[in-house]
Amino acid sequence: MQGDPIACLWLIPALPLAAAAVGAVTPRRGRAVAAGAAIAGLLASLVFSIAALVIALRTPSAHLSHNFAWFDLGQDQVRLGWLLDPLTAFMAVMVSLVGTLIFIFSIGYMKEDGNFTRFFCFLSLFAAAMLGLVVSNSLLLLFVCWELVGLASYLLIGFWFEKPEAAAAAKKAFITTRIGDLGFLLGVVWLYNSAGTLLLYDGGHGLFEGGQLGFLGTHFVRSPFPGLALSLSAAISLLLFCGAIGKSGQFPLHVWLPDAMEGPTPVSALIHAATMVAAGVFLVARVYPLMSIDQLFAAPGGGSALHALSVVAFIGAITALLGAVIAVAQNDIKRVLAFSTISQLGYMMLALGVGSWVAAIFHLLTHAFFKALLFLGAGSVIASTHHEQDIRRLGGLAPRLRATFATFAVGMMALSGVPFLFSGFWSKEAILHAANAWSVSRFPLYAGLAGVVLTAFYMTRLICEVFFGSPRSEPAAHAHENPAVMTVPLTLLALGSIGLGFLGTPAWPWLQSKLSGTPIESRSLLEGGGLLMLSIFLVAIGLGSGWALYWRRTRTDADAPDPIEKRMPRLFAFLAARLKIDELYAATFGRMVSGLASLSVALDRRVWGGCVDFVAGLGNFAGLINREADESGLNAGFDSAGESLRATGRAYSTRQTGETHGYLKAVAIAFAVLAILAIAGGGQ
Amino acid sequence: MNLTLLLLGLVILASSAMALSLRNIVRSVLLLVLSWFGIAAFYLWAGAEFAAFAQALVYGGAVSMVVLFAVLLTGRSHSDAEVPPPPKGRLVWALVAGGAAAGIIAATAIRTPFAAATNGVPSLPVRDLGLLLMGPQLAALLVTGALLTAALLGAVVIAAGTKDDKEGAP
Amino acid sequence: MNTLQMCLVLSGLLFGIGLAAALARSSAILVLMGVELMLNAANLNFIAFWRFGPAPEAGTGVLFVLFAIAVAAAEAAVGLALVIALYRHQKSIRLQEATRLKG
Repeated sequence: MQGDPIACLWLIPALPLAAAAVGAVTPRRGRAVAAGAAIAGLLASLVFSIAALVIALRTPSAHLSHNFAWFDLGQDQVRLGWLLDPLTAFMAVMVSLVGTLIFIFSIGYMKEDGNFTRFFCFLSLFAAAMLGLVVSNSLLLLFVCWELVGLASYLLIGFWFEKPEAAAAAKKAFITTRIGDLGFLLGVVWLYNSAGTLLLYDGGHGLFEGGQLGFLGTHFVRSPFPGLALSLSAAISLLLFCGAIGKSGQFPLHVWLPDAMEGPTPVSALIHAATMVAAGVFLVARVYPLMSIDQLFAAPGGGSALHALSVVAFIGAITALLGAVIAVAQNDIKRVLAFSTISQLGYMMLALGVGSWVAAIFHLLTHAFFKALLFLGAGSVIASTHHEQDIRRLGGLAPRLRATFATFAVGMMALSGVPFLFSGFWSKEAILHAANAWSVSRFPLYAGLAGVVLTAFYMTRLICEVFFGSPRSEPAAHAHENPAVMTVPLTLLALGSIGLGFLGTPAWPWLQSKLSGTPIESRSLLEGGGLLMLSIFLVAIGLGSGWALYWRRTRTDADAPDPIEKRMPRLFAFLAARLKIDELYAATFGRMVSGLASLSVALDRRVWGGCVDFVAGLGNFAGLINREADESGLNAGFDSAGESLRATGRAYSTRQTGETHGYLKAVAIAFAVLAILAIAGGGQ
Repeated sequence: MNLTLLLLGLVILASSAMALSLRNIVRSVLLLVLSWFGIAAFYLWAGAEFAAFAQALVYGGAVSMVVLFAVLLTGRSHSDAEVPPPPKGRLVWALVAGGAAAGIIAATAIRTPFAAATNGVPSLPVRDLGLLLMGPQLAALLVTGALLTAALLGAVVIAAGTKDDKEGAP
Repeated sequence: MNTLQMCLVLSGLLFGIGLAAALARSSAILVLMGVELMLNAANLNFIAFWRFGPAPEAGTGVLFVLFAIAVAAAEAAVGLALVIALYRHQKSIRLQEATRLKG
């Protein structure tokens, strides 16, 4: 369905892009201009996004699109377009709202930084790319915005590029996500080749319309997995999922996320908690019809088929567990939150894999709020303690940073899943319910439940070490609350963390029904009772053990070992070293790449260089021969010819007497002879 | 008619023979001029008036002057006007050669049976000559003009010499 | 012997005189004069044939003579300039001394 409002959907990403352009040309003094443009741009996008949400909610099951031709490619046209459905609208509102609050926070956080204007320019660029990704109807446009988001992430992680760790982290992030993006691109190309279009909804000709999906689901390709059939749609979905693995920090490409904490904290809040890392989840949700179609058709010959969503579920489950386990042993406040993000993203992928993309998006939305809140809270702590990030050196900040503490506590409780009041509880419940209903395996459910315990545990550890006890360093002792420009966004995000949950309770599944487009009947809380009780119980265990270990006996000394470290030092060290996955990659892939590089250098120098030298030697030799031939052969020849000519000439010239009369005599005699010959021989 | 021819021929031959055998070069030149006028007279007798006038003007006027100038410019004193006669050997050779040439031509002329002239004096008014020159023979005329110009310039250049030749200049 | 033949004999004799003079005399000027005489003899030939010969076109003979006179005059001028130049070099016009081209 075409409509004028949909055609204006491009304004949502365009306004922050214009703000980025303004920020790019603003001089360093123009701080107010840069920040004002960024916030104004994103606020305008928020207004438009809310308007779009209102339109989308009128017809929740419709996918309104507006497509146009970008350029002609021979016979085909490359078409792009905008899409408006509840998923798009919710995402757009979330990105612009959380983004605006983070922008406002950044005014206070980056106050003392000299590159203020550059920061807001990059932030606006990121917002534009993310919003463009969300409203895109074409996988090609989505991929372009995907890469732009990656670029903005690189620029922002490496914002303090003079720090070598920051530059290295930015490079690592970009390269790791690039590996995933390669799979994504291959998937897009294969999809275009198979289906002929990259538009999702195109008035009947889109990918998700007509019989396209059916064709992709029933067509089988040669499977690299022995014994498992692979349909075309599953193969393409797995390739697209590669991009999500990279972008959303799933195992095995999660290694860049903790390092990305080198960037400024607002960047971590916006990009690596709320929005960019959620792009992978959004992508899977967006192409969900493609990913799930192969489950409707049986494999040929009655064998078993590899379903893409099963892979998603298992990877999500592994990631959820992995992130939570490592977070227990981290000592940097931002790194705890980074691994927590990895774990929560694993939950979202888990939800997608077990069949409930609605639960995943619900968790994405709530996670955006409370994780951004937690990161901004951490930022507030960092700003007030002059960039002290080690939690062993903090402590006792609760009375000193009251507003930060209160909002951080709200976020912590939302993340831990403290029941009923906080949004994280409801969204995690939805995921666990969906995992429980999955028929393929119980592993995601168990991983999720284990993650619930661990999440509560490490968040309690974090809040106790940072805010409770007594200050363990000078900066902590002298910390004071930040100005309103930083605490007001915290408050607003806290309100969102609480309020958003009520949109998706089983008793009133408003969000789920709007997202999925079909009305979902409400259930009483007691119906899914068993699982609900179990998860509340697990949260209690986690909170309790954390309280026991970290609150009752708060850390007194910064260098004292962690209670777990005391009892299980080797395990703790292993977890603190992030399961040594980075070292594993360095030892295997890193060494392989270096080896290949050295091999290339050696080849280049010895083999190709040797060939070139050989040819050069041949050329030299040829030149030498040429010169020799020229000098002894040609030159000598010509010289001798010239010499002989001259000698002949000299010999002839001795004949000359120089006497005119001699010459005349000769002429006369010749004339006479000729005349006689003429007369005697021929004429009369 | 033949008498006139004989007379003219005598004048021409005698004057030229004497001119080229005298020792005094100035006298040689003057006798040569007489010979040229004789040839001009011959042309007149033959009916080629224009050619006769051309011969008289060019040879008797211009060329003789040039020769006289050359004689005067290349003799330092009066004694140089005397050119010694040629040595005997060469003289004999020259006479033999000249005689041979003359003999061959004369013999050929006498032997060849020429048809008698059937028409009378061919008339060539100057007007017709002019039209011929300007018409079919225009190219030859122009070339000759260029040739004369070049020859004149060349002669001036050669005769004038360079500054270094000054000490030898007459 | 008709008139034509007599003219031709005359021109032949004149030619012979010119040739003898060119070969015999040692003064450059006189050699040149010999050459001039030879040219004049040729011109005589042309006029004779024009007047007494079997009928040719009306003006060819005279025209040729005119051009020959012109060319001969030019040649005489250049030749005498050369004589002057020669005199400058060797202070006399004896041709026997002009042997610089001797090989």
